[in-house]
Amino acid sequence: MATPLIVSEVAKAFTMHLRDGIRLPVVSNVSFSVRAGECAVLGGPSGAGKSSILKMVYGNYGVDQGQIIVDHHGQLVDLATANPRTVLAVRRDTIGYVSQFLRTVPRVSALDVVAEPLVARGVARDEAHARAAELLGRLNLPERLWSLPPATFSGGEQQRVNIARGFITDHPVLLLDEPTASLDATNREVVISLIEEKKLKGVALLGIFHDADVREAVADRIVDVTEFAAGKIAA
Amino acid sequence: MTDEPLLRVTALSKYYGSRIGCEDISFDLWPGEVLAIVGESGSGKTTLLNCLATRLLPTSGTASYRMRDGQWRDLYRMSEAERRFLMRTDWGFVHQNPADGLRMTVSAGANVGERLMAVGDRHYGNIRSTAVDWLSRVEIGEERIDDEPRAFSGGMRQRLQIARNLVTGPRLVFMDEPTGGLDVSVQARLLDLLRGLVTDLGLAAIVVTHDLAVARLLSQRMMVMKNGHVVEAGLTDRVLDDPRAPYTQLLVSSILQV
Repeated sequence: MATPLIVSEVAKAFTMHLRDGIRLPVVSNVSFSVRAGECAVLGGPSGAGKSSILKMVYGNYGVDQGQIIVDHHGQLVDLATANPRTVLAVRRDTIGYVSQFLRTVPRVSALDVVAEPLVARGVARDEAHARAAELLGRLNLPERLWSLPPATFSGGEQQRVNIARGFITDHPVLLLDEPTASLDATNREVVISLIEEKKLKGVALLGIFHDADVREAVADRIVDVTEFAAGKIAA
Repeated sequence: MTDEPLLRVTALSKYYGSRIGCEDISFDLWPGEVLAIVGESGSGKTTLLNCLATRLLPTSGTASYRMRDGQWRDLYRMSEAERRFLMRTDWGFVHQNPADGLRMTVSAGANVGERLMAVGDRHYGNIRSTAVDWLSRVEIGEERIDDEPRAFSGGMRQRLQIARNLVTGPRLVFMDEPTGGLDVSVQARLLDLLRGLVTDLGLAAIVVTHDLAVARLLSQRMMVMKNGHVVEAGLTDRVLDDPRAPYTQLLVSSILQV
């Protein structure tokens, strides 16, 4: 089986056209890979470019240079150059993402938010709802909230909805952007065990965890992002 | 998902005399895909939409559409009758001002039923029950079926216009600022409704809007236009989270935070 995710010599800078075209280098020469069943953690201080790397892998930041290769249904796809339609297909079937914040849609219930990625992949609504309910239950989200839109939920509640939405599918690659930032100790434990289960199923995980306890518990390897500091070679 | 697009647009340009309406626009639209066209007033987005919907004829370029039988047809070489048939059945057009897309002096039920009759439905009972069903899908109660849209609020009129367009099961819907004249709470409800309908029916849609939040919520892909040209195009979240063209950066940075 091919390595699920390979990042090779990726570089990224922001050009701020509204500020006289200032160029802000973010990272350069980013190279690492994530194997099946492994959790790699991006390490480094705030501003080092961890989130930018995660967003490039998910395709919501553009890539200036290099390649991001994923194994999509046995075919190798370079996300740095893939067209939008391919990126969408990769997101539906291959790369899952737990973002830091939930982008809520008015009037859609928490249960539907969580079930949506399964429904999008053709799973029957009832079955998707059952799996969503199971995950929300595990994450201790009170059942009376399931039928409500998450817009008014607390930070921790929204984050649990987000986690359930990210973990519900069996995507072979899963990206985690600080999934435990606003959780209490009990729910952090739940997330740790969810991650362990993903590893056992052979999922390749790439994450950012500021919480040292969680990082210790889940990381098989730390990818030091300061190695890829864009100014490094020049400085 | 099929492996052929629904609409292919190649080097489309429209000039008003020597003034550019839109110039050299090319893209493919796939079944089930929602494309947002954003830009300020005068950027050419509505000109482009009207050319695509054959409400305007372009100066040059082609647009081909894959008919239900799988045949590709050049939109600008069809007969007027064929084009009208397409617009009444396989396409929808949602206008910013509902009064432009509705018949204001016939009942809500007749507004929906008219499209059905255009595709050959003749059974009054069936037409009425389909109309009731569609009104409920856009959250208009059955008791309002005999009222004229003149008696409806702006938000209800817009929902009625959507029902009228979708009742024939179109594959492609054009929308021109569908939430334009509505206040925000009504807008949110309409957007949510549209989003649900588009997903459930697997519609392809081209949505012209100046509102980036509308684009984010409804579309998977977007094109940013300025002065008649596409200055940036791509996945909606990529364009909004990592805008690259100077104009897109200006647009994104001009959004007021609430």
